[in-house]
Amino acid sequence: MDDIVREFLVESNENLDLLDRNLVALEKDPEARDILASIFRTIHTIKGTCGFLGFNKLESVTHVGESLLSKMRDGELLLNAEITSGLLVMVDAVREMLASIEATGQEGDRDYHAVIETLTRLQNSEPQSPPAPAEPVTPAPPLPHPESTSEAPPEEERRLGEILVGQGKTSPAQVTAALDKQLQGDPRRVGEILVENGSAKSPDILEAIQEQKEVRMLAATDTSIRVDVGLLDKLMNLVGELVLARNQILQFSTTQQDALFLSTSQRLNLITTELQEGVMKTRMQPIGNIWARFPRLVRDLAMSRGKQVRIEMEGKETELDKTLVEAIKDPLTHLVRNAVDHGIETPEERLACGKPAEGRLFLRAFHEGGQVNIEISDDGAGVNLERVKQKALERGLITPDHATRMSEREILNLIFLPGFSTAQRVTNVSGRGVGMDVVKTNIEKIGGVVDIQGQSGKGTTLRIKIPLTLAIIPALTVTSGGDRYAIPQVSLLELVRLEGEQARKGIEMIHGAPVHRLRGRLLPLVYLNRALGIEVESSSDGAEKLAADVANIVVLQADDRQFGLVVDEINDTEEIVVKPLGKQLKGITTFAGATIMGDGRVALILDVLGLAQRANVVSEVRDRAVVEKAAQTEIRHDDGESLLLLRGPDDGRMAMPLSLVARLEEFDRGSVEKAEGRHVVQYRGQILPLIHLSSALPERRQQSRSAESAEPGGENEKIQVVVYADQGRSVGFVVDRILDIAHEVGKIQKHTGRQGTLGSMVVQGRVTELLDVKGIIQAADASFFDDRVAA
Amino acid sequence: MAGKKQFSTFVVDRLLFGVGVEKVQEVIRYQEMTRVPLAPVVVKGLINLRGQIVTAVDLRRRLGLHERAATDLPMNVVIRHEDGAVSLLVDEIGDVLEVEEGTFESPPGTLSGEARELIRGAYKLQDKLLIALDTDRMLNLVTTAARGT
Repeated sequence: MDDIVREFLVESNENLDLLDRNLVALEKDPEARDILASIFRTIHTIKGTCGFLGFNKLESVTHVGESLLSKMRDGELLLNAEITSGLLVMVDAVREMLASIEATGQEGDRDYHAVIETLTRLQNSEPQSPPAPAEPVTPAPPLPHPESTSEAPPEEERRLGEILVGQGKTSPAQVTAALDKQLQGDPRRVGEILVENGSAKSPDILEAIQEQKEVRMLAATDTSIRVDVGLLDKLMNLVGELVLARNQILQFSTTQQDALFLSTSQRLNLITTELQEGVMKTRMQPIGNIWARFPRLVRDLAMSRGKQVRIEMEGKETELDKTLVEAIKDPLTHLVRNAVDHGIETPEERLACGKPAEGRLFLRAFHEGGQVNIEISDDGAGVNLERVKQKALERGLITPDHATRMSEREILNLIFLPGFSTAQRVTNVSGRGVGMDVVKTNIEKIGGVVDIQGQSGKGTTLRIKIPLTLAIIPALTVTSGGDRYAIPQVSLLELVRLEGEQARKGIEMIHGAPVHRLRGRLLPLVYLNRALGIEVESSSDGAEKLAADVANIVVLQADDRQFGLVVDEINDTEEIVVKPLGKQLKGITTFAGATIMGDGRVALILDVLGLAQRANVVSEVRDRAVVEKAAQTEIRHDDGESLLLLRGPDDGRMAMPLSLVARLEEFDRGSVEKAEGRHVVQYRGQILPLIHLSSALPERRQQSRSAESAEPGGENEKIQVVVYADQGRSVGFVVDRILDIAHEVGKIQKHTGRQGTLGSMVVQGRVTELLDVKGIIQAADASFFDDRVAA
Repeated sequence: MAGKKQFSTFVVDRLLFGVGVEKVQEVIRYQEMTRVPLAPVVVKGLINLRGQIVTAVDLRRRLGLHERAATDLPMNVVIRHEDGAVSLLVDEIGDVLEVEEGTFESPPGTLSGEARELIRGAYKLQDKLLIALDTDRMLNLVTTAARGT
């Protein structure tokens, strides 16, 4: 293929993406002349070039498009939904032909007469809406303009006068008058004349000039060049090898005394790091590249579903590695479709719920902690938890027993299970029962996680976290059975080392399955050498000795579950270059790739999820976790109530009904912030107000030693919080200590009516005061319950 | 040079094998290997070939021959493959031989088992046979064929 054709293709494809965006934008704001001008230019360019290259079919399609656009530009037609659709169909046709040219060099055999006819018809149709008012906001006739004629072709940018009028800073008549003056020989610039006439203020003029400049800047594309992706990949590989060589030299340099050599290798180290960052940057792409397609997608989809959806984006410029951009394209598209198709309701339904007819789809991306966060939220119907539960039961994904005990979050996350779809109707867009599980798998494949949050009736938010790059990652190296393995740092939670007595007692067995009590919870253990089937080669008594003396446990996170990986030795953390495994080894899910260590030897990179699956951690524990939870929250269904027992501010025992408790949480004291004069913590993306039980029960305070000592304290000290949730609003009670959960049929003995309590009763053989939860909340925040009613 | 072909030869378990010289990227002496647990047994390990990670396939195991003595260090014949380079572990490296196409014969029916798939046939040299290997099959089948063993 000719270079010139290839260049035409690349350029046109970029232009088409821009066109999609512009058309959708123009539909919202049909009078935005600059957008219209940009669309016109794009089509004009494509038409011109393809005429020159002899693509006649392409030329004829773009030609009618151009004619239609020129009518619009001249104000004879105003853009409406029909014209937009027509133009979008044309864009698709052009795209199709370009694809065909790219593949075969020909325009293809498709017949585009229908498109041409539609566009011609639209061109001749009467303007649906009345033409612009008598005094047009946009000064149409290009007036002679000595100021800029010498600088750029007139179509390329907006005039100062136009900008000012567009911003409503002056009137067209004033501008015309100023221009007339210029024509009569006034040597001053338009802006100066306007200011002198008093028809515009000088700050406004400056602002307009600034805007004009920005447009000019954008037009200057000389500062960037196109580079072949293959070349960048090659560069990346070379840098990867340089990093390895650097690592080897650094390792070697530790044994050397030569000062010059040491300083040189230090310099090499720095330069390599910078080079690595630089090359990585060249492969970075803004996420906006994928998002650019969404306005069009959302528009088309919303129209076909009879919905109104507004798409908003924040953080378009957030960058991530090219390979990752590719990898999240499909999952993101799927989620956006889902949001429009299932999430956002029809205008009628929305109005009936008291929401604006137009739904809002919000995309947000930002960098945080070396990861890219992407959020997709809509203000639609949300996920119907009951329906999800129902569906999961029907499909046999959970048992009725589980269903009654699952937390909201767990239910929500059911939609990621394979074979799940809540769509009542299968549409041609989504709801075929494949989808969310594929989204999840694809995101996990690139080391990411996806989480869903939502509220029935209020909307849904999907959060995706993915690493910045896959090529070079921080990893922990460990040794097992004489070989080294690298564990990606993202999966790493903590390291536990048990020695001597601890090592002998710290690992217990549940019917052959080793576990370790980590802060009171049982952590399933996986011996790396056994999981990899290499214990046979290491002598068995050696392994036993190891188990007796010392145990190194690497606590890992795999798919919401934690497990401990027992290894012989924990070595170091370092940046490793991920290299793929050969085709012969692709089938092994336990390894994510390989890398070359500082000494030049190869080490395998563990795929934590694959390993967990192999060791049955993931599936097995999931069941157990459900059971555990069940045991925790089990309520005997006879008379009486389950109570959460606390130690009160004056060291007495207090209780609150368990039915009012949403969760028990532990926060670092350092994470407590102050807002509106109250203590709050950030909790699951929301602000959770805190009520200190000690201050809610003021009359006890003076007697309380523990409460006072609980007030200050180190940043890392934990505070115990009982989260109480009522219809979407939460509040956290800071308590000294959570004692137990008890089931009591006892009777409350009403007495005294002390503030904050309902009375006392005997629980577990001890006198316990029952807290008046609602009363305390009301005392602390009188509006808590009112707001709820209003909302 | 019509009718002639060049082979890179090597010895495995006293047999002389050859692959087309154009397929061979390079020949290197023994390299330290990192074993790959759970991998097919024919995969002996991974070697670092100037920063590239190359899978090493043990030809003895691949062809169902006797195991190499632990003290004998294998050599690497690095083959160019569609999916990057792969190393064949062999006992000894031979010369590059030029053979007449006319001396080629298909393997006899008595050659059985998996080796039959991998051996294209033999060239009759003066004093011995040069067994021609089908590298594509040898490397492509690694995953499927060796799983069970």
